[in-house]
Amino acid sequence: MSEIKLAYQLVGVSKVFHQKKKEIKALDLVNVEIAANDFVSIQGPTGGGKSTLLQMLGLLDSPTNGAIELDGEFLSELNEAKLGDLRAKKIGFVFQNYNLIPTLSAIENVETALVPLGIEKQERHDLALKALEKVSLADRANHLPSELSGGQQQRVAIARALVKSPKIILADEPTGNLDESTRDEIVSVLEKLWKEEGITLIVVTHDSAVAKRAKKHLYIKDGKVSLKA
Amino acid sequence: MFLTYLRRELTRRSKQTLFIAFGLAVAIGLVMVVNGAAGGIKTAQDKVLSNLYGIGTDVSITKADTSFAGGPRQFDVGGKTGGTGTQAFSRSFLTVQPGTGTLTTSYVHNVSKVAGVSQVVSTLKLESLNFSGQLPTFNNHPGAQQPGQGGSQPAPTFGGGRGRGGFDGNGGSRFNINRMSIEGISTDAGANKIGPLSTVVITSGRALKPADAGTEVAVLDSTYASGAALKLGSTLTISATKFTVVGIAKSTSTAATTASNAYIPLDVAQSLSGKTGAVTNVYVSAKSADIIPSLKTAIKKLDSVATVNTSSDLASTVTGSLSTASSVVNNVGTWLSMAVLAGAFLIAILFTMSGVTRRTREFGTLKALGWKSSRVVRQVIGESLVTSILGGIFGIVLGYGGIALVNALSPSLSGSLQAATGFGGGRGGFGGGFGGGFGGPPGMRQSTASVVNVALNASVSPNVLVLAFAFALLGGLLAGVFGGFRAAKLSPAQALRSVA
Repeated sequence: MSEIKLAYQLVGVSKVFHQKKKEIKALDLVNVEIAANDFVSIQGPTGGGKSTLLQMLGLLDSPTNGAIELDGEFLSELNEAKLGDLRAKKIGFVFQNYNLIPTLSAIENVETALVPLGIEKQERHDLALKALEKVSLADRANHLPSELSGGQQQRVAIARALVKSPKIILADEPTGNLDESTRDEIVSVLEKLWKEEGITLIVVTHDSAVAKRAKKHLYIKDGKVSLKA
Repeated sequence: MFLTYLRRELTRRSKQTLFIAFGLAVAIGLVMVVNGAAGGIKTAQDKVLSNLYGIGTDVSITKADTSFAGGPRQFDVGGKTGGTGTQAFSRSFLTVQPGTGTLTTSYVHNVSKVAGVSQVVSTLKLESLNFSGQLPTFNNHPGAQQPGQGGSQPAPTFGGGRGRGGFDGNGGSRFNINRMSIEGISTDAGANKIGPLSTVVITSGRALKPADAGTEVAVLDSTYASGAALKLGSTLTISATKFTVVGIAKSTSTAATTASNAYIPLDVAQSLSGKTGAVTNVYVSAKSADIIPSLKTAIKKLDSVATVNTSSDLASTVTGSLSTASSVVNNVGTWLSMAVLAGAFLIAILFTMSGVTRRTREFGTLKALGWKSSRVVRQVIGESLVTSILGGIFGIVLGYGGIALVNALSPSLSGSLQAATGFGGGRGGFGGGFGGGFGGPPGMRQSTASVVNVALNASVSPNVLVLAFAFALLGGLLAGVFGGFRAAKLSPAQALRSVA
């Protein structure tokens, strides 16, 4: 029997914020394993620690206590530069507000994810165009974000996340600002990429319809994570 | 991506870009105008100084007459007693200008031996006073026999003199006083490189030459020659000695006249005035500009009483509207441009930092994508520097516009040197009676006040252009560094959390 390859392993992870002499435990002794190529949803009430957990998984923040292992590598042993390299190579982000650079066109926004990898201009352009094709937005490559609808902007953000062929895509409320039909469209795009690209897809969402599409469900409340059936 | 991102940011946030660039441009333009005006004023001062002291003169030496020995100068009018009607008279003085002391040729020799001295030229400035006209015949009153003391009757006095005398009231009186400035100059070859002759050009005839030493030849100022109806080959009488006019000279500056009315060989001037071996002005050129202050100190040690001035000392003595303009530009203008520059820097820094704050999500996202802080900082500094380059270019255009405006208005500035040279004269008197006499020139504080009018012509030197552009870049760099520092400090998690 072959051993399951893990994308993430979190052991006793806690995160404490200090606000006006008050301690806020955003994560409390979280122990989670996420397998490679899994599609995981994270749900929970507002302020429960969903986004904090996603930032830990995205190497954007470090835990107060505990250890996180990514692809067999302990993150606590890495400095900021190395963490930046890992983010650039292995992790794609999709944000609720799309977070596109407003002054750059769709294709230039996608290219920004390739800049830290030191890829040449022409290759960068070709890869970005291909990524836009995957989300059916190649015809809007030269449009500014302000010239695109919410759904189109989110598809650009997805293209930006997948252009570097990451192992993991972390999506924080990717449909939070979209209407129902666009929501289904975006989730379908993500689901299709998960299947075709063989990535690990972790989605934080309030929306049960989105969470329902995932294969594994985590629920987080008061910083404590539980597996949801 | 750096250039694309930079171009997009600057063009799509053009209002902010233009606002910052315009702020810097105004400051840079002002710096250029102030510098240009200061340069124009310096040039104007140099023109005034060169006209009065000669081009190439680094140090000038004079000596005040502190002896107060001028006293009344007296001469006999001559005349007859007991008659009626008038009698003609004519008398001349040739003296060193009142209040001016003299230096010796051995002193000049010592000056030439001071280390760092390149050339020394000395001159003897003289003043010729000629009194001529008609006086009434005088009654022979007792006590009127002593020249200058006059007779026993009260008589009108001229300048409060001690001469007392009387006249009988018969006949009319009329006299002219002709004053002429004469400068004895060296006839040595190269003597015209510094000193008074460095700013004159011979318009007809020739300059003095070595062979003229000891001969009665003169070069006249063109304005004086014209006024006195003298021309090349004419005869000029100075202190009863006839001189042949061999050259006519005019000033090379904007001044109407040269420093003196007539230039004659130094040895002739010394002999004629009874001042053998004496000079009144010494002009020194230094081997290099940076040793001028030490040269002044060394020369001062040779004679502590002598007045030793460098060109910068003389610049401070320039008065008139030129002095006022200099003061305004150097004080108000400099401070104003510094204040505007500081304000522009502050605006650029605040706008850049506020831009970074506004773009917190953008930079947080880029960092989440794996952009290193250094790349983000480079982007911010790059944008700021390009904005400052635009500001620099606009500023230089504005500066040239401002300078063109100043030159179009071309304000005329007058400058004069108030160089007090001591006391002279003493009380003069206008005596009466037979043998009565004139006292010397009335006592007064003698000063040289040669007014020169020059048009302010502001100009931009390459150094100012470089300076202006450097200021613009500095402003951009400061703004970029402050903004970049703020961007570098952003942690991606905090950046994304703060705008979530």
